Amino acid sequence: MTTLHALLLIAVSAGATFTTRALPFVFLSRHSAHPLILHMGRYLPAIVMVVLIIVSLSAMQLPDLSESAHRISAWRSWLESAEGAGMLVAAICVAGLHLWRRNALLSIAVGTGLYMAWLQLGGV
Amino acid sequence: MSSPSTASTSHASRDDTTCAGSPPRQPVSGRHLWQQALNQTLPVMFGYIPLGAAFGVLFTQLPLSPWLGLLMSLVILAGAGQFLAVALLGAGAGITEVFVATLLLNSRHLFYGLSLLERFRAAGLGKLYLIFGLTDETYSLLASLPRSGERDDPVARRDDQRLMLRITFLNQSWWVLGTLLGLAAGQLNFDSSGIEFALTALFVVLGIEQWFALRERWPFLLGLLVTFAGLWLLPKDQLLLGSIAAACALLLGQYHYQRGKQPPHGKPVPRDDHPPHGKSGARQTRHNQASEHTTP
Repeated sequence: MTTLHALLLIAVSAGATFTTRALPFVFLSRHSAHPLILHMGRYLPAIVMVVLIIVSLSAMQLPDLSESAHRISAWRSWLESAEGAGMLVAAICVAGLHLWRRNALLSIAVGTGLYMAWLQLGGV
Repeated sequence: MSSPSTASTSHASRDDTTCAGSPPRQPVSGRHLWQQALNQTLPVMFGYIPLGAAFGVLFTQLPLSPWLGLLMSLVILAGAGQFLAVALLGAGAGITEVFVATLLLNSRHLFYGLSLLERFRAAGLGKLYLIFGLTDETYSLLASLPRSGERDDPVARRDDQRLMLRITFLNQSWWVLGTLLGLAAGQLNFDSSGIEFALTALFVVLGIEQWFALRERWPFLLGLLVTFAGLWLLPKDQLLLGSIAAACALLLGQYHYQRGKQPPHGKPVPRDDHPPHGKSGARQTRHNQASEHTTP
């Protein structure tokens, strides 16, 4: 990977990010109250958050399940591995802590610290 | 990190009490606005510095010079987007892949823009920066700012925009500061394995905040369903895009199904058609058109 290639990819990523943020302002400033747009705007963020939680939980160590012949056993071995179980425990702690205290900083810090400890101490 | 929304509501009520009784409107002093913006962005600071540091540390694992990581935080400014970009850079992805993946990952920003169309109107050149800086956290802060109620008052409007600009700028500053710390920590060989979990934790927190805001179960069930189906069926690198696209399609279908079921004249449509002024005029006309469509 050359610096030039990296610069190009960064520029593309920046362009795509700005595009998603600017599109409504470019095209929809006159249609901001269309009921379909209100509907999507109301519900999509919640759905996207759930998708992101699961994807980010699975992104780090999960095996590529679509290519595995034994999906159930792939899931089981992920859960049994230190990383998989630790991630799940930490995520549940984040959720529990946030439901209890509703302090985003606290939830994120404790959950991340817990997961880091789990990983670095070799998955108790 | 979505505590910005909760935090800012408490700030909001405080500001209402302090700034309420001043009939002859003077522009709020820049210093006061900075102070206000700083208060509002404090929770974001505590979230962005570790998260930006996580990004910085992650970036140092690439065989690239650290200033490129700093550049990313300056020109991209997207938590998940930058983490994705690191993954794609590491995997040697192509231009099209990066563009499409980033576009789809950030597609939720489309909906942030929608609810801020009115707030950002007539912000002039600053509007470009407001749009550029529209992250999850900045959005949650801006969307929950107290509405002054005087949308036609140019002074109040201008103050609103000055405050929004300061909040956006401070949020980006925390992110850049975190990135710098992370890039430095990466050089120091600090054992940071697992720190990327901050992103997952952030999503869990934002998801719970969505639940508090929405109080409807089905969107969360739909999200679960779609992602688990994706985990089952899709290759790992297409999971995020596939799930969000499927969710969009299902949401669209559900919307049309719901409208098809509605009785043609179920809801009385308010018809006080004053000349289209701002948002309410547009809403009225769109609503009327839409209800004509559903009439069999």
